[in-house]
Amino acid sequence: MFAYIVRRLALMLVTLVGISIIIFVLLRVVPGNIVDILFDAAGFVDPTDKANLEKELGLDQPIYVQYLSWIGGLLQGDLGYSYVSEKPALQEILPRIPITARLAALALLFSASIGIPLGVLSAVHQGSRLDYTLRVVSLSGLSLPSFWLGLLILMASVSLFGHMPIYNPNPATWTEAFAIYAVPAMAVGFRSAALTMRITRSSMLEILRQDYIRTARAKGASEASVNYRHALKNAILPVITVIGIEAAFLIGGLIVTETVFNIPGVARFLVEALRWRDYPIVQNLVMLIAVVVVVANFTVDMLYAAIDPRIRYGD
Amino acid sequence: MRSVQALAVAALLLLPAFDVASAGEPKQGGILRLYHRDSPGSASIHEGATYSINVPFMPVFNNLVMFKQDVPQNSVESIVPDLAESWAWSGDNKKLTFKLRQGVKWHDGKPFTSADVKCTFDMLMGKSQQKFRQNPRKSWYDQVNDVTVNGDFEASFELKRPQPALLSLLASGYTPVYPCHVSPAEMRTKPIGTGPFKFVEFKANESIKLTKNADYWKKGLPHLDGIEFTIITNRSTAILGLVSGKFDMSFPTEVSIPLLKEVKSQAPNAVCVVEPINVSTNIIVNSSSPPFDNLDIRRALALVLDRKAFVQIMFEGQADIGGTMLPAPGGLWAMPKEMLESIPGYGPDINANREEARKLMQKAGYGPDKRLAVKVATRNIPIYRDPAVILIDQMKSIYIDGELDVVDTAQWFPKVARKDYTLGLNLTGNAVDDPDQSFYENYSCGSERNYTNYCNREIEKLFDQQSAETDKEKRKKLVWEIDKKLQEDVARPIIFHGRTGTCWHPYVKGVTVMVNSSYNGYRYEDLWMDK
Repeated sequence: MFAYIVRRLALMLVTLVGISIIIFVLLRVVPGNIVDILFDAAGFVDPTDKANLEKELGLDQPIYVQYLSWIGGLLQGDLGYSYVSEKPALQEILPRIPITARLAALALLFSASIGIPLGVLSAVHQGSRLDYTLRVVSLSGLSLPSFWLGLLILMASVSLFGHMPIYNPNPATWTEAFAIYAVPAMAVGFRSAALTMRITRSSMLEILRQDYIRTARAKGASEASVNYRHALKNAILPVITVIGIEAAFLIGGLIVTETVFNIPGVARFLVEALRWRDYPIVQNLVMLIAVVVVVANFTVDMLYAAIDPRIRYGD
Repeated sequence: MRSVQALAVAALLLLPAFDVASAGEPKQGGILRLYHRDSPGSASIHEGATYSINVPFMPVFNNLVMFKQDVPQNSVESIVPDLAESWAWSGDNKKLTFKLRQGVKWHDGKPFTSADVKCTFDMLMGKSQQKFRQNPRKSWYDQVNDVTVNGDFEASFELKRPQPALLSLLASGYTPVYPCHVSPAEMRTKPIGTGPFKFVEFKANESIKLTKNADYWKKGLPHLDGIEFTIITNRSTAILGLVSGKFDMSFPTEVSIPLLKEVKSQAPNAVCVVEPINVSTNIIVNSSSPPFDNLDIRRALALVLDRKAFVQIMFEGQADIGGTMLPAPGGLWAMPKEMLESIPGYGPDINANREEARKLMQKAGYGPDKRLAVKVATRNIPIYRDPAVILIDQMKSIYIDGELDVVDTAQWFPKVARKDYTLGLNLTGNAVDDPDQSFYENYSCGSERNYTNYCNREIEKLFDQQSAETDKEKRKKLVWEIDKKLQEDVARPIIFHGRTGTCWHPYVKGVTVMVNSSYNGYRYEDLWMDK
């Protein structure tokens, strides 16, 4: 097991180095840099001024020098300076991480706490009216884009309550504080919940047809015990896989949700930084996301072993 | 006659004053909350070329002179003293001297002197050691030889030749005075001014906060305790924020006509005004390569335009048709209607215009069986894309098949500068409603913003002639002549001048939306809230 973990960690490192190269090169392949954009806003191009600014920002250096300089800084905890705000990149990124982390965690929590029980219910009552209703709900969850759902929520909130649950850095009450995260988390987590529910349902249906479930019932176990203790425990593995993958995909949903609800999180910041070609922000943020995804995958693999005693990672 | 004019000007100046008086005595206090349409690249007005910077940061500064903030139409007559107590032109109109206000302090407590004026304009003219990262309005000061000081409270602009427009340029929201002792880099992140509001913080993509300058040299002002801009890039969210009362006011001139209806339906009490913004939508033609090196094809292009259709589709009729200069009544320099309609393509009979255009196309070798295929390049944002689509549709009637070529914002101006386009649709904003700014920037030989490389030495002479003309009426006639010629030369066919809306809740008092520039009216020292 120990050797496996070491091997996985080494693989993670190689993956991250690969990702860092891809991010770095792709960013520079995209046409235009911060200098083009700044001068574009001014509506003219002065080659001398542009060259001066490119030199000031180090963009005139060969690409490998720029890469090594970034990685060297990264290893020493120096993420460079944002081209736009001229503040240290770390200072720009750090305060935004907890905001997005809270939102993502709430969205995942919402997704699991709604998706899993409803998936079990749907499977247990297969073919019933409840099952059909839940399947329609889950299908709509998969079909509704989160930005549209977010806008609907905002519009309904304004027309029904005359209030708008968009981000406020200083909420007056804990309920407001909860609402400014919970509402967008629901908007972004709804799709995930629908997917979780469908996976839980199909996985449960498969398990519920197994011999040991019939045996449990024959031994007089209660329905709740059969469904949750015996069936769900074994049906949960693919669900965990999906939630792990969803955690990675969530960032896409968060970008639009943070925009619609005006939440100053990492995801929206990333899009804005991309728009400005703010390389220090984009490359560090994408690296951060890559680390989160790689670590999430690793955690899911470890969870397999913890949940299913049959799974053992050998040498 | 002169006394009648004076009376009219006095009445114009008194109108807003009456409006404020009728609204009651200004109340002190309160934070004005607005949404901001995007995150500005920096806080330095001098380094920007978008009013996304002017709106939040103009309240931090003062100019030497400024356009009176409660007079909607910017003109020489509406210029009032700011950091300068008075100004005077020399007898030969080649020296403009400002007597400066004493006892004014920068927000960090240091005194304001004539050295700050010299520093600011030396930097703008590229003469100082310290440099701006960008200096988009350097050409505004092409006629300024030097800025000299006489003691701590007098500064003079010495000109190469008379240029009456200089005073208007100095009154623009784009021309604040910067402190000598603060570097350009610091001004981009933590601006220090002498204005009614002090900079508190600028969180990119999040918010901009200003607080009242309690030591403001205009006693009793500002009325507000502060101004907060929440940056909301999503228009739907921003408008919902306005109607729900989360914001007191929209971002100025940012509410489109369809959204304006939305605001009025959901917040019927909201005050909304639609005004010209002095931004023209125009066609840029690459006349240095085929097929538009052929003047006949360029003329056909000018003749095909059904400007009213653009205005109707995009603005429900609420936009203006004119030449280079902003049309009346907002614009000061627009040529008379009869003169405008005498320009090919501006006549009311669209069918006759297009018939003539088809003949020109046939003369150039094109027709129903041999259509001209062109790419219409434009920026990938709706205000550019939408009119480009209409243009493509209209060009079909003269045997031109256009294909929309949307270009990422970062690549738009580099592409245009490289002349890597055949036909493009562009927007041109004017910070000051003055021909000097518009003509020299957009049509002068060698100007960086003259994207089409239009160069006519005869017209160039007329540019200088009107620029040096001190008699306003004579200058106006020269400007009309130039504008007409520019349209006839198809230098950069103007399609329309857009209008947009600004909305606020009725308790916000003292808002004046400028009618001939969207860059100059954001000092906000007179604003107050009746709540």
